[in-house]
Amino acid sequence: MATFLEMSDISKRFGGVHALRGVDFTLEVGEVHCLVGENGSGKSTLIKIISGVEAAEPGGRIAISGKEYPKLNPVYSTHCGIQVIYQDLSLFPNLTVAENIAMAHHLGGLHSVNWASMRATAKTTMARIGVEFDPDAKVSELSIAGRQLIAICRALAADAKLLIMDEPTASLTRHEVNALIALVRELKRAGICVVFVSHRLDEVLEIAERVTVLRDGAKVGTFAADTIDGGKLSHLMTGKSFEYQVQAPELAAGPVVLEVKGLGRQGEYEDVSLQLRAGEVVGLTGLLGSGRTELALSLFGMKPPDRGTILLDGQPIALRTNAEAIDRGIAYVSEDRLTLGLILNQSVTANVTLTVLERLAGAFGLIAAGARQSHVARWVSELGIKVSNPANAVKTLSGGNQQRVVLAKWMATSPRVLILDSPTVGVDISAKDGIYEIIRRLARDGVAVLMISDEIPEVLYHSHRVLVMREGRLTTDVAAAATSEDALRQAVNA
Amino acid sequence: MPESRIASFGRFRRSHEFWLLMVILGLCASLGFANAQFLTVQNLFDLLTSYAFVGVLALGLLVVLIAGGIDISFTATASVAQYVTLSLANAYGANWISVFAIAIGIGGALGGLNAIFIQKLRIPSIIVSVATLNIFYGLLIFFTGGKYIYSLPDWFATGIFWFEFEWGKDSSYGINLQILALALAFLVTWLLLNRTNIGRQIYAMGGNADAAQRLGFHIFGLNILVYCYMGVMAGIASLIQAQLAQSVAPTVLVGKELDVVAAVVLGGASLMGGVGTVLGTFLGLTLLAVLQNGIILLGVSSYWSPFFVGLVILISVSATAWSQRERRTRSARR
Repeated sequence: MATFLEMSDISKRFGGVHALRGVDFTLEVGEVHCLVGENGSGKSTLIKIISGVEAAEPGGRIAISGKEYPKLNPVYSTHCGIQVIYQDLSLFPNLTVAENIAMAHHLGGLHSVNWASMRATAKTTMARIGVEFDPDAKVSELSIAGRQLIAICRALAADAKLLIMDEPTASLTRHEVNALIALVRELKRAGICVVFVSHRLDEVLEIAERVTVLRDGAKVGTFAADTIDGGKLSHLMTGKSFEYQVQAPELAAGPVVLEVKGLGRQGEYEDVSLQLRAGEVVGLTGLLGSGRTELALSLFGMKPPDRGTILLDGQPIALRTNAEAIDRGIAYVSEDRLTLGLILNQSVTANVTLTVLERLAGAFGLIAAGARQSHVARWVSELGIKVSNPANAVKTLSGGNQQRVVLAKWMATSPRVLILDSPTVGVDISAKDGIYEIIRRLARDGVAVLMISDEIPEVLYHSHRVLVMREGRLTTDVAAAATSEDALRQAVNA
Repeated sequence: MPESRIASFGRFRRSHEFWLLMVILGLCASLGFANAQFLTVQNLFDLLTSYAFVGVLALGLLVVLIAGGIDISFTATASVAQYVTLSLANAYGANWISVFAIAIGIGGALGGLNAIFIQKLRIPSIIVSVATLNIFYGLLIFFTGGKYIYSLPDWFATGIFWFEFEWGKDSSYGINLQILALALAFLVTWLLLNRTNIGRQIYAMGGNADAAQRLGFHIFGLNILVYCYMGVMAGIASLIQAQLAQSVAPTVLVGKELDVVAAVVLGGASLMGGVGTVLGTFLGLTLLAVLQNGIILLGVSSYWSPFFVGLVILISVSATAWSQRERRTRSARR
């Protein structure tokens, strides 16, 4: 096989920090290669050097299709057929499908627009990967998965020979991920080299031929995918080993806290009955659109059900607003922690105390500064939030620490029921472990935890009991010890 | 292809422009019943002439809004361009070409100044244009003492009157300077936005500035172009306004910004950038003109005019937001 890209001894420093140290990286023509590593391991820097956005330190060598590029820049890199699809997809939501795919037609000096040829480019490119969208539809009308296909089409229309995808599966459902994996295999057959950057190790192993692992800016190694497994990969990425076991079910012997009977909401979910016990972690999985998020929002009072009853400690309750749910000790940590869970520009203190302002109020309803500070100090130390000063803005923290701030915000309300929607999306393995530890501790303290997740290993290995929803119905309710990854996968996708 | 015609008509029927057109037709029909004066050729030409100033400015602002910025300094820019240009014309003599060249030059330069502050220093455009509005206007009032100029060159005061034709008794109509400038401004803006790659780059930049930068668009150049275009439109608008008013009044233009913003926003342009059409702006301008004219023709006190304009903007924006929310919930359930 011919070599498409050959990089050797690539280093990059930002200020005093070594982002990359002497990294070698090669890609064969038509290869599917995964690049893995924790946040700050140098993955993004390596991609930026390949795409010419950042220049490597002198001494490194870059050759594309056998030709040396001592100074690679974005123009050369694009010219060589290197296309990056960033996590945000970089599409123009206000423009049509055709215009987004054929955007390269708009580059260059002033010239007139040939709409017919743009539509034709879009149609041929979509036909190449077997998708069909209305070329005149606005991209804002498409789903996330649809948008991703448009981004791939745009790269192909620009004659991509190497397609780099940064976290392409982060916001896709399992179903859509399968379609994407099939598409990547298709691209490979067409001789296009694909680099996949992902946090989800099971996907990495499913799709890759070779895997390159980076840690702290240095290359740990490049491995054939069939010689490694998830455990080894996370060990290589972090230098630590993680062993997950199914939790013993007898831990969850507390009384029933929340019970739901025959709950339904028009067009979203139907006839759901379940029980949450104190001290129990219940995992809930299912495809996007299976009704799992809607059910969670109903339990949090944000989407009141049409039918059925919700019982708290055996007493029927009506939850019409989330304020009522919070009053009754039900807390919800949303999926999109960055936009819904946190006020990024405000301090850790402000975020952590947001849910308990009334409780901290002193005379005349004013917030007592001392009470506020000791409250924050308690949670920062209890959850091990790494922040030099709680007055710092939340956006300066790492993903894992941001997640802890969200947890602190809700734990401060002393919840009896905690609903976590995809608590580890976009979080590193070692930070994930910290979050699982927190969940376990909450359960030990007697909280009933409902954890929603796309990732089957996550619900299986960190719950006492697993629920699966499909097309609005609860189809599976089983002890974690009595099921397996395969059985759950079947229940989700059947 | 009839199928794609049907699809694009279907898309038009769901668009903001379609609803705007329906509202305007309904309003015109009822005003036509209520007052025989309304649906006359006389009134049509009068409206086109008197709203040409707002219309030309609205097209400049449309381009700025699509690019993701905002500019409200254009009335001050227009006042400066008008005063300087016609003072020079009075002092040294001039013709149509030279006055427009000077006004466009001044407008473009002041617009470019806005762009430099906004782009180089990364100051939000609303703040820059509030500041420059006051600076331009303040300097003009200081140096002129706010005095009007009543004597304009004869050829300028006479204006133009092309394709004259008779309609009814004793009334003749034709294409005057205002209507000509308005029509040209619509044509040029439509061509820029829909038929050139630069226009499409402006839409793309307004929709996703980061992505536009990654694709290698010249962001600074595009912004210079956009704010200069606004300034050029202000220069043109200032002259057609002076010709209509037969005087130069440094104090009367500033304060008319909100009419212009109203026309563009009614036309469906978004303050978030990336969204807005020339057709929409035309309809927004028409709705504004019909509303304000209708209020006068119905004999309602013109003091009510801002109230109704505000009310219609609020209803229109709420209706758009509501229908978008409906569509989102419907697609989420699918």
